[in-house]
Amino acid sequence: MTALDVVFVVIALITAGGAVLTVTSKNLMHAALFFAVTLGGMAGVFLTMTADFLALVQIVVYVGAVAVLFLFGLMLTRAPIGREALDGQNRGLAMAVSGGLFVVLTTLIIGAFAGQSTPEVSGPRIDDIGIAIFAEWVLPFEVLSMLLLAALIGAIVLARRESGDSGTELSVSRIEFAEERDPDALPAGAPELTSGSTVSGEEQA
Amino acid sequence: MSPLGPLLLAAFLFCAGIYGVIARRNAVLVLISIELMLNAVNINLVTFQNLLFPDDPAVTGQVFALFIIGVAAAEVGVGLAIVFNMFRNRATVDVDDADLMRW
Repeated sequence: MTALDVVFVVIALITAGGAVLTVTSKNLMHAALFFAVTLGGMAGVFLTMTADFLALVQIVVYVGAVAVLFLFGLMLTRAPIGREALDGQNRGLAMAVSGGLFVVLTTLIIGAFAGQSTPEVSGPRIDDIGIAIFAEWVLPFEVLSMLLLAALIGAIVLARRESGDSGTELSVSRIEFAEERDPDALPAGAPELTSGSTVSGEEQA
Repeated sequence: MSPLGPLLLAAFLFCAGIYGVIARRNAVLVLISIELMLNAVNINLVTFQNLLFPDDPAVTGQVFALFIIGVAAAEVGVGLAIVFNMFRNRATVDVDDADLMRW
């Protein structure tokens, strides 16, 4: 058992513990923060598997952006913090499904890869990854950029207010317009008639 | 190093994600569990690249993992927007209450 194995086991235990606490924590904020711990642990796992660039992308995208996004999501939906009945009534079903799947997967993995050993890889250099992305995988890269653009626009359209909710803007602009016109209308005498005529004239124009 | 460790860790994280998807009631926590499952697949991709194609010039496993990270980020954005819409319309993010289309 090499030092790399020891490091991997420690990081894997932290990651697995963070995942368990993520899906079982009663406090919603704690669940999101344990999720961040799990993502950081996964970045460490990538590092032990000589995937340096992937580990950095994981930290930047997930720990930096997605975890914060989830924290904002939990706070903006005003979720009840610390409520007891956080899980549904189908916790037993969930435990059965996930436990059964884990047993099956563990049996299959141990049966298939028990004797094998990963060759000592140095990992691809970052410029090799860049060349691979922009030479071999350039079409999926462009499709992914279009997908991100579509998701950006879709998220804005979905999350913005409906046009009926922001109906106060029209009356506010009218009031400002009338106050702005008042000094001009007053010296001309008969202010009501003048203001009425200007308003009608503006409406016609 | 043996591929057993990363593969078992990925399987465990995937099963934890499945547990969260089924057991949780808050829609944001369901999204978090889905992210957990996607990340478990990333670990599998990197492991199998190191095991089977360590000298692949097109770094297929890691590039696929990068694409999955990008797609997952897009999915989080749209999913959270849908959750916000649901909260605005129904004043709850409980997935058990989203039964408007139930027969």
